[in-house]
Amino acid sequence: MDTPVRIEVRDLRLAYGTREALHGLSFDVHAQEILGIIGPAQAGKTSLLRCLNRTIDFTADARMTGSVKVDGADVRQVKDVFALRRKIGMVAPLPVGLPLSIYDNVAFAPRCAGVQRRDELEALVEHCLRQAALWDEVKDRLHTLGTRLSGGQQQRLTIARALSHQPEILCLDEFSIAIDPVTTMRIEEVLKELRRTVTILLVTNLTQQARRLADRTLFLWKGELVELDRTEVIFSEHPRERRTYEYVNGMVG
Amino acid sequence: MTDVPFQEPTSEVSGLEAGRPGSSPGGAAGGGRRFVRTAFVRRKERFEAWARGVFLAMAAAMIVPLVAIVGHLTYEAWPSLELEFILDVPRRGMTEGGIWPAFVGTLYLVGLSLAVAAPIGVLAAVYLNEYARDNWFNRVIQLAVINLAGVPSIVHALFGLGAFVYAARFGYSILSASLTLAIMTLPVIIASTREALAAVPRAFREACWNVGATRWQTIRSIVLPNSISGILTGVILQVSRAAGETAPIMFTGAVFYKAIARGDLFAYRLDEQCMALSMHLYTVTTQVPNVRESVPYATAVVLLASVLLVNATAIGLRLWLRNRKRW
Ligand SMILES: Nc1ncnc2c1ncn2[C@@H]1O[C@H](COP(=O)(O)OP(=O)(O)OP(=O)(O)O)[C@@H](O)[C@H]1O
Ligand SMILES: [Mg+2]
Repeated sequence: MDTPVRIEVRDLRLAYGTREALHGLSFDVHAQEILGIIGPAQAGKTSLLRCLNRTIDFTADARMTGSVKVDGADVRQVKDVFALRRKIGMVAPLPVGLPLSIYDNVAFAPRCAGVQRRDELEALVEHCLRQAALWDEVKDRLHTLGTRLSGGQQQRLTIARALSHQPEILCLDEFSIAIDPVTTMRIEEVLKELRRTVTILLVTNLTQQARRLADRTLFLWKGELVELDRTEVIFSEHPRERRTYEYVNGMVG
Repeated sequence: MTDVPFQEPTSEVSGLEAGRPGSSPGGAAGGGRRFVRTAFVRRKERFEAWARGVFLAMAAAMIVPLVAIVGHLTYEAWPSLELEFILDVPRRGMTEGGIWPAFVGTLYLVGLSLAVAAPIGVLAAVYLNEYARDNWFNRVIQLAVINLAGVPSIVHALFGLGAFVYAARFGYSILSASLTLAIMTLPVIIASTREALAAVPRAFREACWNVGATRWQTIRSIVLPNSISGILTGVILQVSRAAGETAPIMFTGAVFYKAIARGDLFAYRLDEQCMALSMHLYTVTTQVPNVRESVPYATAVVLLASVLLVNATAIGLRLWLRNRKRW
């Protein structure tokens, strides 16, 4: 890869209490790529993402060792963890509309970061809602409650919120489980567009989604990195590991 | 479950339909299942109706004591019930007249004690629920709160006497009595506030943290606005407790009799002793001979009515705030 390294993970281990969930992962994520992360339930995909933006701190018994560097800075040493979290957009698998208006849902993060000018906020809100393919549906009722939207709309609201602090890295954790296929495709187009400026980590249970979008794909299995390679290789007839082949073809037993 | 392979949705659906182990014949293909009211179903329905009746009866039985108390008191108190009874001072050695000094005293005591206990209690609860990690220090705090809630009021009274009247040199005064009441109500306010905070789903907090909000930003914009109705209700319900207690104030700052002007709202200074409704009720019932019969009952009615009025406000406030509930 010729593009610079954005995220550098070395021997990352994560234990919940005494049970280890990630057993020493090492990999790099480059600028301007979409990294697909696939793996069966409980593989540790969500845990991995939560280490990146250090929301793992909120799980009392989680202990993280090894190093995760974002743009060269070890996440466990950063002084301003809130700036780190703003640098990394995070879309959680379950749609969560905050109990605020749609507008305030999107304006929340910029406001927390100190943006106050009305016109600036308005432009940002519209931009993010457009990117999340939600603008047309809500533009006439921006001041109604975000929690009253449908599940899929709330999920897109979550995406808009994750984009609202203009992240340089975007982590999507099964973002499409509540969204219909047509809208999913529209968002996927946006992601391809975003790739030019944003590094994207795409956790997905739909292996075909990784195949469509990801430049490289990482296969995680029971907290272990099994294989990381260009997506064509992972989905080819001959990935390096047999387990990879079996998983993407739905045969791991 | 860890070993179950991932399947594309299509194959999973078809897998389900292909072989449903143990399912009886006559499913969707056989024109639908027929619903037969077997003996089991009938028994179930009968039991359901019966259970519902019992629960309803128990709940409805709660109306009886309330109506009985209010009815009895009002009946006995009737001859004295007029506005003048509240506004006037006790006369003829407390055998007649009104209860103004006690009424104002209770206002002072309850108001001051809540002014102290509510902010401390709410802030402490926010810390315990939103910031505290699970370590020995915070466990000690929680243990303290729980045990404080279990201390009998007469013990609080004794503590207030030692701590505020003597050690802090506040003397027998409204200040000492209010602080004693505050300590008594604090743990309950903390507990009810924590409950209100915990009712806000954690997913909201996580969504805020994910976009780089600090804990305080999360609390201010999401947690507090959505728990304020529960918090306020919890605090207001402590009014009745503070207003009704006798022992803590008797030891620390309430007196049998104090002469103040009729209808004077600013009669007391904080370093003075005062009369109080609960104590006055005790006095006119047991300590003063030849009291006009309706006076104790009327005192009780005023105490009860004030408390019910405050509680009704709490309920109204709660309903109003809940209508604005946002998820
Ligand atoms: N808060 C937690 N406390 C304790 N254990 C946890 C916690 N969160 C996750 N785990 C454990 O860590 C392991 C990895 O979980 P994780 O949620 O990262 O998996 P995942 O790959 O995201 O799975 P899925 O595809 O189902 O979302 C699991 O064994 C899980 O039980
Ligand atoms: Mg997950």
